[in-house]
Amino acid sequence: MSDTKVLVYSLSTCGHCKDTIAFIRKKDIDFSFIDIDRLEKTERKRVLEEVRKVNPECSFPTTVAGDRIVVGYNEKELEEALNS
Amino acid sequence: MDEQALFDMLKPVQEKKGYYFNKNRERTFDILKGLITNKNRYGYMACPCRLASGERDEDKDIICPCVYREPDVKEFATCYCHLYVSEARKDDEDITKIKVPERRPRELMVF
Repeated sequence: MSDTKVLVYSLSTCGHCKDTIAFIRKKDIDFSFIDIDRLEKTERKRVLEEVRKVNPECSFPTTVAGDRIVVGYNEKELEEALNS
Repeated sequence: MDEQALFDMLKPVQEKKGYYFNKNRERTFDILKGLITNKNRYGYMACPCRLASGERDEDKDIICPCVYREPDVKEFATCYCHLYVSEARKDDEDITKIKVPERRPRELMVF
């Protein structure tokens, strides 16, 4: 893995999001995640605008790895994105 | 109410309608926990796999069981969250491998 920044937009209640975070956690890479449902209204709105730019559907999880976007929990796509 | 109580309450009602809980108990209970979290947050059990607005009227299509469950189970044998599955796949512990695309129209996402 390069030093690409990896960020997961997630929901704290969502199984697909938990799967995604667990999958990335197993890799030896730095990453962060934001549980949108835990954010205060103003912050949520700001972060949702970020999500919309990369995933207009605004579904979760949305993973950003450099210029790669993975929507949903998809191990194959995540693997490719994390290794790009 | 805890996850077990919710499970026990919903199981017979939903099975009569032809919807079965995912055989993967860990996943099922995790989703039920999310439903309880949302019930405490919003006052209704909004889908834990989608972002709710917090306004019941705007979220009515994603209050579990969501209006997309029927077409999703029909087409994919499971709902978007993998909470409910079809009778034919009720013993399939790998149902979570099925990818269910978001069916909710974008214009209804008003959060």
